[in-house]
Amino acid sequence: MSQATATEDVREDGVIRSVSGPVVTATGLNARMNDVVYVGEEGLMGEVIEIEGDVTTIQVYEETSDVAPGEPVENTGAPLSVDLGPGMLYSIYDGVQRPLDELERRMNSAFLDRGVDAPGIDLEKTWEFTPTVEEGDEVAPGDVVGEVPETESITHRVMVPPDYEGGEVVAVEEGSFTVEETVVELDSGEAVTMHQEWPVREARPALDKKTPRTPLVSGQRILDGLFPIAKGGTAAIPGPFGSGKTVTQHSLAKWADADIVVYVGCGERGNEMTEVIEDFPELEDPQTGKPLMARTCLIANTSNMPVAARESCIYTGITIAEYFRDMGYDVALMADSTSRWAEAMREISSRLEEMPGEEGYPAYLSARLAEFYERAGRFDLINGDEGSISVIGAVSPPGGDFSEPVTQNTLRIVKTFWALDADLAERRHFPAINWNESYSLYRTQLDPWYREEVAEDYPEIRQWGIDVLDEESELQEIVQLVGKDALPEDQQLTLEVARYLREAWLQQNAFHDVDTYCEPTKTYRMLQAIKTFNDEAFDALDAGVPVEEIQDIDAAPRLNRMGTAEEYEEFIGELESDLTEQLRELY
Amino acid sequence: MKEYQTITEISGPLVFAEVDEPIGYDEIVEIETPGGETKRGQVLESSEGLVAIQVFEGTDGIDRASSVRFLGETMKMPVTEDLLGRVLDGSGNPIDGGPNIVPDERRDIVGAAINPYSREYPEEFIQTGVSAIDGMNTLVRGQKLPIFSGSGLPHNELALQIARQATVPEEDDASEGDGGSEFAVIFGAMGITAEEANEFMEDFERTGALERSVVFMNLADDPAVERTVTPRLALTTAEYLAFDKGYHVLVILTDMTNYCEALREIGAAREEVPGRRGYPGYMYTDLAQLYERAGRIEGRDGSVTQIPILTMPGDDDTHPIPDLTGYITEGQIYVDRDLESQGVEPPIYVLPSLSRLMDDGIGEGLTRGDHADVSDQLYAAYAEGEDLRDLVNIVGREALSERDNRFLDFAERFEDEFVNQGYETDRSIEETLGIGWELLSTLPAEELHRIDEEFIAEYYLEDETEAAAVEAE
Repeated sequence: MSQATATEDVREDGVIRSVSGPVVTATGLNARMNDVVYVGEEGLMGEVIEIEGDVTTIQVYEETSDVAPGEPVENTGAPLSVDLGPGMLYSIYDGVQRPLDELERRMNSAFLDRGVDAPGIDLEKTWEFTPTVEEGDEVAPGDVVGEVPETESITHRVMVPPDYEGGEVVAVEEGSFTVEETVVELDSGEAVTMHQEWPVREARPALDKKTPRTPLVSGQRILDGLFPIAKGGTAAIPGPFGSGKTVTQHSLAKWADADIVVYVGCGERGNEMTEVIEDFPELEDPQTGKPLMARTCLIANTSNMPVAARESCIYTGITIAEYFRDMGYDVALMADSTSRWAEAMREISSRLEEMPGEEGYPAYLSARLAEFYERAGRFDLINGDEGSISVIGAVSPPGGDFSEPVTQNTLRIVKTFWALDADLAERRHFPAINWNESYSLYRTQLDPWYREEVAEDYPEIRQWGIDVLDEESELQEIVQLVGKDALPEDQQLTLEVARYLREAWLQQNAFHDVDTYCEPTKTYRMLQAIKTFNDEAFDALDAGVPVEEIQDIDAAPRLNRMGTAEEYEEFIGELESDLTEQLRELY
Repeated sequence: MKEYQTITEISGPLVFAEVDEPIGYDEIVEIETPGGETKRGQVLESSEGLVAIQVFEGTDGIDRASSVRFLGETMKMPVTEDLLGRVLDGSGNPIDGGPNIVPDERRDIVGAAINPYSREYPEEFIQTGVSAIDGMNTLVRGQKLPIFSGSGLPHNELALQIARQATVPEEDDASEGDGGSEFAVIFGAMGITAEEANEFMEDFERTGALERSVVFMNLADDPAVERTVTPRLALTTAEYLAFDKGYHVLVILTDMTNYCEALREIGAAREEVPGRRGYPGYMYTDLAQLYERAGRIEGRDGSVTQIPILTMPGDDDTHPIPDLTGYITEGQIYVDRDLESQGVEPPIYVLPSLSRLMDDGIGEGLTRGDHADVSDQLYAAYAEGEDLRDLVNIVGREALSERDNRFLDFAERFEDEFVNQGYETDRSIEETLGIGWELLSTLPAEELHRIDEEFIAEYYLEDETEAAAVEAE
């Protein structure tokens, strides 16, 4: 049951028995689990979540004020589904795929009213369909039968739905059609349109999962440089409030080199979503130069929108992502924040009076999280192509305590962990990702790519950087006790080098026009420049130059300006020779 | 309207009654006690034949013979522009002895969510005249920026100072005289003491702010359950004034901790499965439904800016109330006990404080081009100075390098000169940034690597005489 197939009147299949917030029970409703139902005179959308005897429990996706027992409930007989087809990019949806711009128009109000439906894709708009099959061709489920130029940067591939039988093409159309008109007919009697429906809680089929070997380049030095995520990988960003989860997610949504980005704002702030809506159409995709919005689909279920729709918005997002994956695209899905999703589950669970697990979360929390993250991956598709979904989930642990259930259950599944740190955020070290706690299990499998695409010695120089930072954190403990000047000179120098690693390399200004995106080669070159300084400085130290003199050379502070330098090749090249020259002059 | 005398159970703030007609969820209920007193409540759960009612004014005096009337509608707030200048109780009834309120409209107090698509991103700088806020954690119109405080700290003074001084500078010039950039203040008090209430009222009267204010008072000895309604009444009024009448509204809600306690009380009475520290699992959603009622709407003139105040139990910001609040609001301002005891007024601790909407509200054309860099640099330098304080306690000042000593001095002066300005000083943003540069100039220019070189050239005070000259001005 998707928004496109909704009807006007509420048919009386059952009757409301009780109402308590978003949870409504009804009798006489002959429904299956997860069927979509319309509740009350106003026809509020809901989903069946429990059946006990004749009593059906429903979670309602809208506010239930004033709904009373005795009002009718209509069963649509179909599970919650999304409308898939051209028109999803550039869109912004709520948690059950109602387009928010369309809702504004239909409600004629800036506030979200109840009981209003709108299809997920425009059913009247016509699209230019160019077939890629001819009469007589054999097509199977998942096969591409034609193309539609959906946006400036994305070609929408029209596929035979995965639940079709397939067969021989008997008729093909070309030209302008609405999404509901038949464009290809098969001898099995099946008609292919540009519109598919798919139940959100069911993963779209794919053949096989493969080991991902290409990184999802994010343009963020600490991520690409130290803790990369693969295309088809999973990552979690946990952090207390104010540590920059959302800024990191936004940076990823802007700069990640995915073909399609699905951004799910799950239970977060309204103004943040507005920022995305206002910013993205104006920003350019660094890969294609086209507007970022042309490859983006937004799902916004803010914290004050109904809690049940918050529970479903994650599924809506991942199903849309899978649909684009099936076309052979690399899709990145950002979920901000999965904790709000887990809390929505907890809230519904507690209204159902289920036996709680840890901290009141339902016992099936870890199963649901695993199920969701498992829908990510690099896949062999049923049409023989390849596609991937990378999932990056923000986690908002209460009190910033990573031992809480959502963080812990997430860490058991994801392979990249970007730990945000309130201390770093307080000193305005952004992105506030803690380099000692974070990890990426993709490093080794991505190394061949880095060697080939960036630099042959990339893994080695990265390891050098990690070693220096490790040594720094050990030395810092001593410094806390005795002060820096009490350390031997070589250790003082290591601290100096580590400081440049932190301040010049790891820090990145998301609000600076140049620094906001850093390509992998620049990330590498910057690290190399710091290593040059390190090597030359230690040579100087060995030659008997005091550490103060090394620290005071003119060129060193210029390391801090590398990130914002526009012509970085030139800037870094010059800087390296200046550093070398000035340090060698000392002895 | 049917009347029932069918109460079956009374427990804490809850009353259960049998009914023979369907009653809407959230509907308003009147209960008349045998003593003739009328109490109001709201339907918390409605099932066939039985409803659970949450009574706002407390259940004392209610017995099983009391009569229950269902009003057939959800809770409404009568709204009109005439509310400005009025003082109401926590349920919205006038307590200032003024005339009856003739409403233009009666609005549902739950309030629908603003469609994120219809919002306008807040980016108009509000000058509060407080350096630690304007310079470091800038407030913008349509933002929700709570004050995280503790018992016994001067958060009320700070809130009053903001309410008094807040203006939007550019518009001052444009619309001189008509007071268009002044804020209408909605004050929602939940469970504060009569003394605190007086403090606010006196200040409002002294400064003449009362005429552009609406005050909702739920005092500490008023029924706790009423507190769950008070902020909704306040915000409904705020939305009406902002989005229908074009006012820029500043909503001060104090104290959110009392509000959450009331939520917990109701949750416990309903025997709900508790979440962290006994607070209900839906507290995040509930708080979000309040805090998210701030913002701007495309095509409307007004705005709702929220400054909720909460006292953190045990000054612990991981406690569920500040924690959930921080996840919803767009930043937070910390009022700090140590700074307070050092005599810093207002004792704002800038390091953990944050304004998420700052980046878009400042800069060229809004405040000044160097604002973002200066604030970043002040943060970094102050953080470094703070770190060194720990070390000084162990090794002493002499053991530190000259560079470190400069940072220590900087941190001291930052607290004394930048943050400590007193509750009556109203600083323009130019003054705030000027003080910032004066302090930064005590550090070597090459240490200021967060600041663009061109700003250093323009604003950095090269030597002592230049610095002295600025000071003399």
